[in-house]
Amino acid sequence: MGMARAQIRPATVRSFGGRAAALAATGLLGSAAAAEAAGTGQPVPWQMDLQRPVTEVATEIYNFHHLLNWIMLAVVLFVLALLIAVVVKFNEKKNPTPSRTTHNTMLEVAWTIVPVLILVAIAIPSFRVLRTQLSDPKADLMVKVIGHAWYWSYEYPEDVGGFKFDANLLEGDDQVKSGQPKLLATDNEMVVPVNKIVKIQVTAADVMHSWAMPSFGFKIDAVPGRLNQFWFKADREGTYHGQCSELCGQRHAYMPITVKVVSDQAFQAWTAEAKTKFARTDGGAKFADANR
Amino acid sequence: MAQAVTAGHDHAHDHTPPFFQRWFNSTNHKDIGTLYLLFAFSAGIVGAFLSFGIRMEMEAPGLQYFSNPQTYNVFVTGHGLIMVFFMVMPALIGGFGNWFVPLMIGAPDMAFPRMNNISFWLTVAGFMSLVCSLFVEGAPGAVGAGTGWTVYPPLSSAGHPGPAVDFAIFALHLSGAGSILGAINFITTILNMRAPGMTLHKMPLFAWSMLVTAFLLLLSLPVLAGAITMLLTDRNFGTTFFDPAGGGDPILYQHLFWFFGHPEVYIMILPAFGIVSHIISTFSRKPVFGYLAMAYAMVAIGVVGFVVWAHHMYTVGLTLQTQSYFVFATMVIAVPTGVKIFSWIATMWGGSIRFTAAMHWAVGFVFLFTVGGVTGVILANAAVDRYLHDTYYVVAHFHYVLSLGAVFIIFAGVYYWFPKMTGRIIPEWAGKLHFWLAFIGANVLFFPMHFLGLAGMPRRYADYPEAFAGWHWVATMGGHIFALGMVVFVIGVVLAFRSKERAADNPWGEGATTLEWTLTSPPPFHQYETLPVIVDEPSHAH
Repeated sequence: MGMARAQIRPATVRSFGGRAAALAATGLLGSAAAAEAAGTGQPVPWQMDLQRPVTEVATEIYNFHHLLNWIMLAVVLFVLALLIAVVVKFNEKKNPTPSRTTHNTMLEVAWTIVPVLILVAIAIPSFRVLRTQLSDPKADLMVKVIGHAWYWSYEYPEDVGGFKFDANLLEGDDQVKSGQPKLLATDNEMVVPVNKIVKIQVTAADVMHSWAMPSFGFKIDAVPGRLNQFWFKADREGTYHGQCSELCGQRHAYMPITVKVVSDQAFQAWTAEAKTKFARTDGGAKFADANR
Repeated sequence: MAQAVTAGHDHAHDHTPPFFQRWFNSTNHKDIGTLYLLFAFSAGIVGAFLSFGIRMEMEAPGLQYFSNPQTYNVFVTGHGLIMVFFMVMPALIGGFGNWFVPLMIGAPDMAFPRMNNISFWLTVAGFMSLVCSLFVEGAPGAVGAGTGWTVYPPLSSAGHPGPAVDFAIFALHLSGAGSILGAINFITTILNMRAPGMTLHKMPLFAWSMLVTAFLLLLSLPVLAGAITMLLTDRNFGTTFFDPAGGGDPILYQHLFWFFGHPEVYIMILPAFGIVSHIISTFSRKPVFGYLAMAYAMVAIGVVGFVVWAHHMYTVGLTLQTQSYFVFATMVIAVPTGVKIFSWIATMWGGSIRFTAAMHWAVGFVFLFTVGGVTGVILANAAVDRYLHDTYYVVAHFHYVLSLGAVFIIFAGVYYWFPKMTGRIIPEWAGKLHFWLAFIGANVLFFPMHFLGLAGMPRRYADYPEAFAGWHWVATMGGHIFALGMVVFVIGVVLAFRSKERAADNPWGEGATTLEWTLTSPPPFHQYETLPVIVDEPSHAH
């Protein structure tokens, strides 16, 4: 379809070139400012685009979504142009005598085949991105995540210390002092090393919840009696925020998710501290069979 | 299409029954259709009031009006259930379906007139049960069911120990039973009571759309009934269909629910597809382009609609193969839908279009449904849905296809058929002003929700981070504009009844070719005592 396709690579995203490509990509949404305003790790006011990707999976979603957006914009503009043409050319003043045409085989075949071709063109990259998402690479770190009404708890395995802790919404003065965004920050954060494959296994203790992290391109439901697994490899240090994404009752909006991506050394230091600070898991968190 | 050569409306004296007999024990398809339309309007006001509460709360971050966020969840749930089961379905299927399927196919009434009456009153009873659920305890310490319209367990079982969810389940059982009976009635009527000469391939597209819809209802609603019955026994009788503690699985409920739930969205939009075809054909003064393709596109949408349900469940932990299949199957639906969009445009192409109020709504629908359709294709991709699932992007998408799709065509149908149903005329300016307020209002209301979803705003949140405040404020302003349009609508209807002007039997001219326009406005209490005979129009021999 000959459209400009902005490729965002995590490595270039901070460079000027990457920023320019992002600007081009968001041109679709009508505002160059929107690209500037795309949040990293959290939304920003008047944001019109996806949050900045910081994992391979999120980057693929970002690029694929932009491709889709261009195709769909073309479809909508095509239909709009036809409708405007109809309104202008075929109103009763301009065209007092209607035609009686009710068939045009070539046209009907065309508007069946062309959408099929467009859908095939979409399906190929779609399946490719889906395969990456649902692949099962060897994990450097496993973390077990349990959804509760209304907070998340995290369990780290024996080989990094075997501890568990709860992450509650940071409220009131604590939130103000932390400088973290309201309704997105938690008192304890899940901490993971940068550039390492982290697998999380997610379940729920009471009702369903969903662990979502927009900048990781990641959402997986926490279902009682099930252990769901997903992976990510964050390639930038920072603090990233997500929110529970499955209706879970009264305080559904008040159980955010915060992940701190830190260097290897910082991660070692954190686990050493966490071992003493948090409760021990009984003989280490239990994980389902996985390639570790 | 086909033209009636004889239409029996030789009634100088209608024997209408006394008030109670006529409106409470009704067996007349037109009276029952009127009851359904009045009921849908009343329920729609309740649903709109709930959405007003939602929009007021979402205007700014923090809790403004709902001291307990659970009450907000109850509003969201009530809004969804009422709009789906007690506004859109009764208006399009019970209302227009009852009124115009018999008239269009040349039948004196529905096949089972008494069953038609019980269908209606079951729907009313269901609505009463749902209203009751708003006032009894659900979650601990709060009234009402705050489960979302999907009523997913364990939130709807362990999370809501009070009887509110039982009332909601009962509401779905009652209205579902009413809909199944209605579906049987439509199928029997359409297959057996068409006027002599009206083969299926000469049947008006609205009747086709109702036939497909009735089959979808008949095949999908029993699955919902089964799922919510299992939920009911899980809640009250100690079964564990959906409780992992007893070997059950909450995901089973989701499969059952969406096996109903996805056909349900086509149940809501297919009758609208039928209506829009007639309006566009009438005011373009042209027969529908590609009639057979239009009819079979609806059949295809209905069939494929049954095998795409798990695209509502991409994040529950389905395997790669399962997700790939559902991506593929879901995108297939875009093809027959595209056929319909392009055929509507081709119907207008070369036409001599009169832009009446009804035509405004129909053309607006074609554009807005396209917008809602393409975001549907985006969401069909599991890879992207990973990010967008359960965000406001989904809210934007389904309001574009329902609130700006189905609801626009409900109003289009009202403006198109109001003269036929009442013999009165809503002033054109009112219909057009209503359209522009609704068009602008709904776009300002729902388009920013795409941005909120892309930015990561989850659905069903009573409170949100500051960053989302801007677009939420814009959306609420759009809601006010849309509400203003509703005021204009009511004024238009009041003016129609106050005016002495009476509608002609066929106020729309030569483009209106279906049988209802051969009758008086309003039609006699019983029509077609002599059945109309359908012959091929010479100009249509092809």
